[in-house]
Amino acid sequence: MTAATTDVAEPSQDTRKAGRFVYVAGVVLLCAWVLVPLYFLLINTLSSPEAVNAYPKSFIPEFDLGSLTFFAGFDGILTALKNSILVAAMTMVMSILIGAPAGYALSRFEFRGKELFRLLILLTRAFPLPLLALPLAVMFIRTGIDDTVFGLALVHTTLAIPFAVLITFSLFSGIPIELEEAAWTLGCNRVTAFQKVILPLVLPGITASAIFAFVISWNEVFAAAVLTIENRTLTAFLLQNLDTSPLHLKFAGGFILVVPALIFIFAVRKYLFAMWGIANR
Amino acid sequence: MNPRLLPYVLILPVTLFLCLFFLYPFVLVAQQAFSNGSGFTMSNFRDVTEHWKFPISLKNTFLLALAVVPIQLALSLLMATMVTKMKKGRDLILYVWTIPLGISDLAAGIIWLAIFEQSGFLNSMMGGLGLIDSPTNFLSYTSPVMVFVAIMLAEIWRATAIMLVILVAGIGLIPKEYYEAGEVFGATPWQRFLKITLPMLRPSLQTALVLRVILAFEVFAVVQALGGTLFPVLMGETYAYQFELLNGGAAAAIALIILAISITFTLIIMRALRVPKGATI
Repeated sequence: MTAATTDVAEPSQDTRKAGRFVYVAGVVLLCAWVLVPLYFLLINTLSSPEAVNAYPKSFIPEFDLGSLTFFAGFDGILTALKNSILVAAMTMVMSILIGAPAGYALSRFEFRGKELFRLLILLTRAFPLPLLALPLAVMFIRTGIDDTVFGLALVHTTLAIPFAVLITFSLFSGIPIELEEAAWTLGCNRVTAFQKVILPLVLPGITASAIFAFVISWNEVFAAAVLTIENRTLTAFLLQNLDTSPLHLKFAGGFILVVPALIFIFAVRKYLFAMWGIANR
Repeated sequence: MNPRLLPYVLILPVTLFLCLFFLYPFVLVAQQAFSNGSGFTMSNFRDVTEHWKFPISLKNTFLLALAVVPIQLALSLLMATMVTKMKKGRDLILYVWTIPLGISDLAAGIIWLAIFEQSGFLNSMMGGLGLIDSPTNFLSYTSPVMVFVAIMLAEIWRATAIMLVILVAGIGLIPKEYYEAGEVFGATPWQRFLKITLPMLRPSLQTALVLRVILAFEVFAVVQALGGTLFPVLMGETYAYQFELLNGGAAAAIALIILAISITFTLIIMRALRVPKGATI
């Protein structure tokens, strides 16, 4: 009996070791799959324009700011960058201000039409939303907000709002209603109880979902390219100049697009999974 | 304020916003597609579908989705199961794997351009290894397969993370007791994956696939950055009609076609992966 178990145990330990090796190698390989292309972009950004267009490429960056200076000096780029930040900031503020109350209502109240409302929110996911830019272009010309940062921010808010509602819903659901009720019995009304008890608890999560809205807007290409002509955002600018712009401009632009995204994903990483977990149900 | 009215007051802003910027534009886009200024017409659809580029872009969009989505599903399932077994460094690995989630499709296209362009890293690597004598231009009309592969890799690189996040969140919701019970009854890891993880993960798989498939039909900026006009896709055609041909009616018609395809696939996925009533965790 004991002999039999040791007989079985030994090869199984070997296979376990091999399995462990395959597992670690897999993890490392998948990390490299994500990071190596980013590293290549970094090399190109930190090289002089001549080096970017040269062959063969060096696999170590030469830490030359030539490409980035060229990027900063390129006509219209800085305005585009400013527009991108403006649109994203507006999207962030609007989607939270409009979305968070609905998230609170969904988590705290049972009311008629709740299912219908949830359906409306979920429905937005089943549609390719950037296409909305086409009819809105016409509507914006009529109302005089065509080719403005604000008009584009409205479209980006439509993209971000379903996330804002679902994320804030999950945040508020995570706070027991008893906390609020205790505040009421201690002399708070609904508004002060919300301010003093609930708001401090959800603020980090709200910040995370605001950042998420910022990234959605910052990254959006199609609607931005359709809706802005004079006041182009960075993505629209890069897209419309793809055929004509030199390689070093493209890579520096791509790099500037990537950097905030990296920081933001790092800032919200704790919430990323909680947000999606609830949003699924 | 009447407490019965409060939830309605709270959801009012979102509802109004979505009616104005989500539901109404769809009415507008349909109007635009079915009219020629005077009355109902199908001529926009005829113009669009009879154009020689339409069948090609339709085929390309489907081919790309067909090539990319199954790989992403397998990859994200693999990554999600790898991560759940992890003890040390889980947060770091998850952060690295979710980085592409924050990266714009345009930036992703530019990143892979750095690898595939003529003086890019793939050529430099192959040259350095002595495999080729002079750099080849991968992204030209003479090598349509390479263009497709480059776009495919960029899409897989960029958009696997969104599925990963949803699946990791979903796996986190499966009670540990199920796995313990499976182990007690002698189920191998593979059996546990097939009989516990996969069926319990159905709602998450549903969400992940719906989101991903819709995004796949919206593919645009990656293709523009890597293939340009070499690889026409539906969304690119919409953009061309709107901007280069200034034909709003035709652009609206293609938009409706993309919309119809997206809705059809959403319904198919929801039907195929439907969760039996009362079978939630």
